[in-house]
Parts: sequence; C-alpha cells; structure tokens
Amino acid sequence: MDIRVQEVPFDLGEEARAFAARQSGMGAVVTFTGIVRDVAEGLEVMEIEHYPGMTERALTRIAEEARARWGLGDVLVVHRFGRLRADELIMMVATAARHRADAFQAAEFLMDYLKSRAPFWKKEHGRDGASWVAARDEDEDALDRW
Amino acid sequence: MDVLYFAWVRERIGTPKDKVDTEAATVRDLVEELRAREPRYEAAFADLSALRVAVDQELADFDAPLAGVREVAFFPPMTGG
Repeated sequence: MDIRVQEVPFDLGEEARAFAARQSGMGAVVTFTGIVRDVAEGLEVMEIEHYPGMTERALTRIAEEARARWGLGDVLVVHRFGRLRADELIMMVATAARHRADAFQAAEFLMDYLKSRAPFWKKEHGRDGASWVAARDEDEDALDRW
Repeated sequence: MDVLYFAWVRERIGTPKDKVDTEAATVRDLVEELRAREPRYEAAFADLSALRVAVDQELADFDAPLAGVREVAFFPPMTGG
C-alpha cells in the first residue's frame, strides 16, 4: 500500500505503469485521476490545503478498509496540495484485484470517502476574487451506498 | 492543548494554531471558551453545523470528551478528490 500527500506534480503514466508492474497474480488494475476544472471560467489558481498528519492517517484508514473489503492486492493514493492550475492532475488512486469488479468498486469507494473524509479543502482564486469550495450534499450522500 | 484551524475557519480567526490552557470537558465546552475570547472567534464558531472537528487527528463530534487530548482541530466540511 502506498499513500502519498505531496506538493509536487506526479507522472500518471509512470505511476500507473509502476503500480501494475509490481503486482503479482492480480488480473485487474483500475486507476482514477482527478483533474482541476475551471468551472466558473476564470480560475487562476486552485489552492489545496490539508491537515498534515491527519491526512495521511485518514487516507491510510480508507485504503486499508478498501483493501480488506475487496481483497485487494494493492492500493495507491497520491494527492497533491498547494497551488494548482486548471488541467493539472490533483490526485489519483489505483487498485489491484484478481477481478475487475472488485478493482472498480474499490476505486469508487476510495474516491467517495476521500472526497468527504480526508482533510483537504479547496480554494478557487479567479479573476473576481477567491472563494472556498463548498462541500456538496451529493458527496456526503454518496457514502450511504457503502 | 493545541487548537488548529483550517480553511475559512483559519482565515476568520486569523491564525492557524492556538495553544490553549483549558479545563473544558468536551469539545463543545472548548468552543464556548473560544467564542468568549474575541469577536473573530465568535464569528468563526457562530454556526457549528458548518464546522467539523477532529480530536487527536480523528474525526469526532462536539460532545467528544477532551480528557488527555493533545490536539483539537476545527474546519469546514472536507472537499478532497
């Protein structure tokens, strides 16, 4: 299991390649990547703040639960913080399982929990000022299905 | 005890961290002490339903006990991913 919280960019292709290459007996690898969107048109910087210490603990707990629940061979979570621009990669998860259904479901579970249970906050800086991104009810409701 | 603030809570209070000497029994009691300090604290804690709390880096609720606790953090709902 590999959990990384970092300011520097990551190489999606290299991460996915290395993750797949270190598996053994796993028939499926699923990756998900989150990208900064310029929703309101005019985004200059997406600032991501986090809670050092708690972030790593929360991500590790979520990844461990996914691993146990879907019998995963491995989990990777990379999440950036700091100042990002539109179209930059914010984060990725990768899951490895014997069969694809488990790998897909575990990746969705990781994303749902990571969105509202890992201590990250986003602030959009645009032409017309800056504002904190509000949590969405749908993201909280998404946890109910698990 | 260290009290940490993140995102707009940090901005509203104007500091990321306070060292607090407190006898507060629960998070809610601690909030009441902080609110009484200054208007900027009162403003940050005006609506507890807009806040989340972590006790020693674990999500908790406002009735969580503080005995033996070293770190409490207040922040808005999280927006990761």
